[in-house]
Amino acid sequence: MKILIAGIGKVGKTLVEQFAEEGYDLTVLDTNKEALERIVEICDVITVNGNCASMEVLTEAEVGKADLLIAATGSDEINLLCCAAAHSLCPTLNTIARIRNPEYSKQVYRMRDVFSLSMIFNPERQAAAEIDRLLHYPGFLKRESFAKGRMEIAELKVEEGSKLANASLTEIGSLLDCKILVCAVLRAGTCITPAGDFVLKAGDRIFVTATANDLSALLKNLGVVHRKVRSAMVIGGGLGGYYLAESLLEHGIHVKLVERDAERCRELSALLPKADIIYGDGTSQKVLDAEGLRDCDALVALTGNDETNILISLYGKSYGVPQIITNLGRVEDMNIIDTLPLGCVVSPRKLCCNTIVRYARAIHHKTGAAIAVHSIADGQAEAIEFVVDMNTKHFGEPLKNIRLKPNIRIAGINRADKTEIAGGDSIFGEGDTVVLVTSRDEVLLELNDIFAD
Amino acid sequence: MNYKMMGRLNAMIFGALCGFMLPSFILCLCDKDGQAALAFGISIALTGVLALILAILCRGASVKFYAREGLICVGICWLGMSLLGALPFRLSGCFDSYIDALFEIASGFSTTGASVLSDVECLPRGILFWRSFSHWVGGMGVLIFLLAIVPISGKNQGFTLHLMRAESPGPDVGKLVPKMRSTAAILYICYLVLTVLNVVFLLIGGMSFFEALCTAFGTAGTGGFGLKNDSIGGYSPYIQVVTTVFMLLFGVNFSCYFLIAFGKFRAVLKDEELRAYGIIVLGSTLAIALRNLFGAGAVYGTFGESLRHAAFQVGSIMTTTGFSTADFDLWPTFSKAILALLMLIGASAGSTGGGFKVSRFLLILKGARRNLSRVLHPDRVKSIRLCGKPVDEKVLSNTNGYLAAYLAILIVSFLIVSFDRAVSDMTTSMTACIACFNNIGPGFSGVGPTRNFGDFSVVSKLVLIFDMLAGRLEIFPMLVLLSPAAWRRA
Repeated sequence: MKILIAGIGKVGKTLVEQFAEEGYDLTVLDTNKEALERIVEICDVITVNGNCASMEVLTEAEVGKADLLIAATGSDEINLLCCAAAHSLCPTLNTIARIRNPEYSKQVYRMRDVFSLSMIFNPERQAAAEIDRLLHYPGFLKRESFAKGRMEIAELKVEEGSKLANASLTEIGSLLDCKILVCAVLRAGTCITPAGDFVLKAGDRIFVTATANDLSALLKNLGVVHRKVRSAMVIGGGLGGYYLAESLLEHGIHVKLVERDAERCRELSALLPKADIIYGDGTSQKVLDAEGLRDCDALVALTGNDETNILISLYGKSYGVPQIITNLGRVEDMNIIDTLPLGCVVSPRKLCCNTIVRYARAIHHKTGAAIAVHSIADGQAEAIEFVVDMNTKHFGEPLKNIRLKPNIRIAGINRADKTEIAGGDSIFGEGDTVVLVTSRDEVLLELNDIFAD
Repeated sequence: MNYKMMGRLNAMIFGALCGFMLPSFILCLCDKDGQAALAFGISIALTGVLALILAILCRGASVKFYAREGLICVGICWLGMSLLGALPFRLSGCFDSYIDALFEIASGFSTTGASVLSDVECLPRGILFWRSFSHWVGGMGVLIFLLAIVPISGKNQGFTLHLMRAESPGPDVGKLVPKMRSTAAILYICYLVLTVLNVVFLLIGGMSFFEALCTAFGTAGTGGFGLKNDSIGGYSPYIQVVTTVFMLLFGVNFSCYFLIAFGKFRAVLKDEELRAYGIIVLGSTLAIALRNLFGAGAVYGTFGESLRHAAFQVGSIMTTTGFSTADFDLWPTFSKAILALLMLIGASAGSTGGGFKVSRFLLILKGARRNLSRVLHPDRVKSIRLCGKPVDEKVLSNTNGYLAAYLAILIVSFLIVSFDRAVSDMTTSMTACIACFNNIGPGFSGVGPTRNFGDFSVVSKLVLIFDMLAGRLEIFPMLVLLSPAAWRRA
C-alpha cells in the first residue's frame, strides 16, 4: 500500500517511523529540505520537496498511485487544501487531515463531507479527552479501552510495599480477589511478556486486563484512594489546555488555567467564562502557591515544552497533589522518564498516531483486520483487537491447546453478551473479538499471524 | 561505531561471494579441470567458513547505521571481497604471485579490465569465467545486490541508504521508489535484462554461448576483460558494432531505463547528463573517424571502417570499459588526445561505468561559468540548474571536494608509479594511473591496448589496486579506511 505523508513535524515523523516499520511504500512531502534529508537517512522512504497543496508537487509524488494521504502540516488550511487537491487528482484516494483550530472544531463533520475526507484528527483534542478520562478514574497511569469500553487495559505502577510487590502472577488473582490478567510488564525500560511464575517487583509498570468492574475492585483492594477530582489546575493555555478546560468544565470540575501570555489569557477568558484564567508563569512557585496548588485535586502540566512540564509535575508531586498528569510531546520515549514521579504521561502525537495507524491497517486488510490498536509500554508493545472470522484458525479450541508465537498473550475475548478475561479454558468463536498483547518486533496484521503453526 | 552490523554485512557479502564463485567451480568440474576446480573448491570453502564465523560473532547486531559506518563498511567489503576473490587465481597456479592475482581480481570487481597477463587464451575456462563474472558482480555492486535480495535491517530499510550512497556512483544518489529493496531490485532487473539482450545479440552473431556470456559480462559491468589476446579485434564487425552499442547503453544512468519502462520518455529526453553524454560520444567519434581517415598518419582506408573503429574505441574509453578492436596507441596524436580526455570524463552517474562522471563534469563547468559571471556582476545571485532543477549548493561543494580528492589521488599515485623501474616514460606512468583510477583498463604507450601491467613492481601494483577500488567506489569509502579519525570510538 502506498501512503503519502505531507508535513513531517512531530506527528508526521512518528507516523513515518511507524509506517516504515510496517513496510508500506511511503512518500514524504515537506517544504523543509533539511528535515526531509534527515528522515530519509533513518527511514525507508522517498521524499518530495515542495508545497504539498500544489498539484504539481502532488503529481510528482505520484498521488495517482497512492491509497492514503495524511496531511499533517502545521496549518489546518494547507492540510485541507492538500487533501482537496489530492482528491481531485485521484478520486479513490483516502485522505486524513489534521485540523486543530478550535474555531473549526464545531464544523469538522461538515468539513469532512465537503472535503471528502476519510478522517480528521486533532492531537490536542484527543489528548484532552484522554486526560479527562484519566481524571475520572484516578489510580491508573493509562487506560485503553476495547470492545466499546467493556474491556480495558490499564497501566499501573507497583509501588514499594504494595500487595503486588513480590507476588507471582498466579497468586495475584486470589490475593486481590478479582479476575485480572497481567499481560505485559515494563521493567527497567524493557517490556516482558510474563509467564505464570513471573514475580513482580516494586518499580515495575504493569499492564492489566480486566473488565471495567474488576478494575475498580482492583483499585479498592490495592488500597488506592479513589477520590473524586473536584478541582484541577491546568498549566498552559494552548490548544490542549483550552480543549481540556472545556471538557472538564462540562463535567463539573473546577478549572484553574495558568497561562503566561496576557493576550491569550484575554482570549481564553472570553472563550471559557466559567474557568479561572490566571495570568502568570506556571513554572513560578509563587504563582502556583498563590493560586492554591495545595488544595487542588489534580495538576495537569500542558505547556508546549516537555522540560517545563516535567519540572511542574515534579513540583506538584513534592506538594502532594493527589493526581498529576504530564503532557510530553517529544521526550516520552526516553528511558529515564520512567524513573521520575510524573504521574500519568500523555502524548498527543502518540495517541493520534495510534488512531491513524489503525485506520491504515484497516484499509490495507479488508478482512481479519485489527479493529483497535494501542501502543503500550512506551511503544514496546501493542495491544490489538481482532475480529474472529471464518478464516481464523483454531476457533472453538480451548486456549491451552493452541500454540502461539513467543511474546504474544491473548488478554481477553469479547462476545456479544459478555467479556471474558482469557484463561486456559477460554475459547473464541466466529464473530467474537480477541484482544491480545504483543511485544514482538514484527507487526501483526491479521489474527492468523499469532499462531505458531 | 556499529562494528557488529558491519561484521554481519561482511558475512553476507562473503556468503554471496561463495555463490558467485559457484558457476566457475561447476564449469571447472564440467571441463574436468582438476587443479582449477580444486582452487575454486578451496576458495569457496574458505570464504564460506569465514562468512560463518563472522555471522556467528556478529549475531544480534543493532540495525542503526549511519553515513560513517556505511562508507567504512563498503570499503571493507570490497577489500575483503578482492582478497578472497583472488584466491582461485593464485591457487590454480595461473598467476605467479598473490599480488598479481589480487591485481587481476581488483581489476575485475572494480570493472577496470587491466590485466597482468600477456596471454589469456591459455587460461582454463573456469578462470576466464571468474574473470569476466567479477565484472558483472562489481558493475552494479554487491551491496546493492544484497539490498535487493535480503532484508538487511529488518522491515525498516532506512539505514541502508548509506550503503547505497557509498556504493553507487554519482554526485546525488537517490531512490527510484519508496522502498530501498524495490529500488535495488529494479536496478538489478534493468541490469539483468540488458545483459540477457546483449548475450542474445552476440549469439546471433555466431559466438559460442560461453564466449557470448563472458563478453556480455565484460560489457555489462563496463569491465573489459576479454577472452582473446586481441580483445574484440578478432571478432566480426557485427559483434564489434553490437558491443559498441551495448557498452554505450551500460554507460547510461540506469534510472533512465526505469523511466523508459514506465513510459516517461519526455523525462528521459530532458535528462541533461544523457544529452551531454550523447553529444560527447557523437562528437568524439566523428572527430576521430575523420582524423584517422585523412591527413598525415591516416590509419584507415574507408570511412565505414574508420567510423566503426572510432565509435568502438570512443564507446569503450568513455564508458570506461576498456575493450579494443584496434591498437589505438598507433593512432595519430589528435585521436589519442581525444581518447585521453574521454578517459578523464568517464560514464554517466548511476551507470556501471567509472571515471569522474559526466554529471560532475557538467556541474564543475557550470560552477566555473557562474564564477566567471560573478567576476563581472559581483552582486548577482544565480543558482545552478541541472535538468531544469536548481542544484543544491551542498551538492556543488561536494562535487568540488570530489574533484580535489580525485586530483590528489591521481597526483600521489602518478608520483609513486613513476618511481617504478619498469616504467619507461611519463605517458606510461600517467596513463597507467588514469586508466586504473577511472576503471578503464588500457592506457597509452607501455600500458597500451596490446600491453599489460605484469612488469610493474609490487609497490606500483598495490597503489594501482587501491586506485582501482577507489575509482569504483568514488574515492571516499577507500579514503576513510586510511583515516584514523574513522576508526576512533565515538
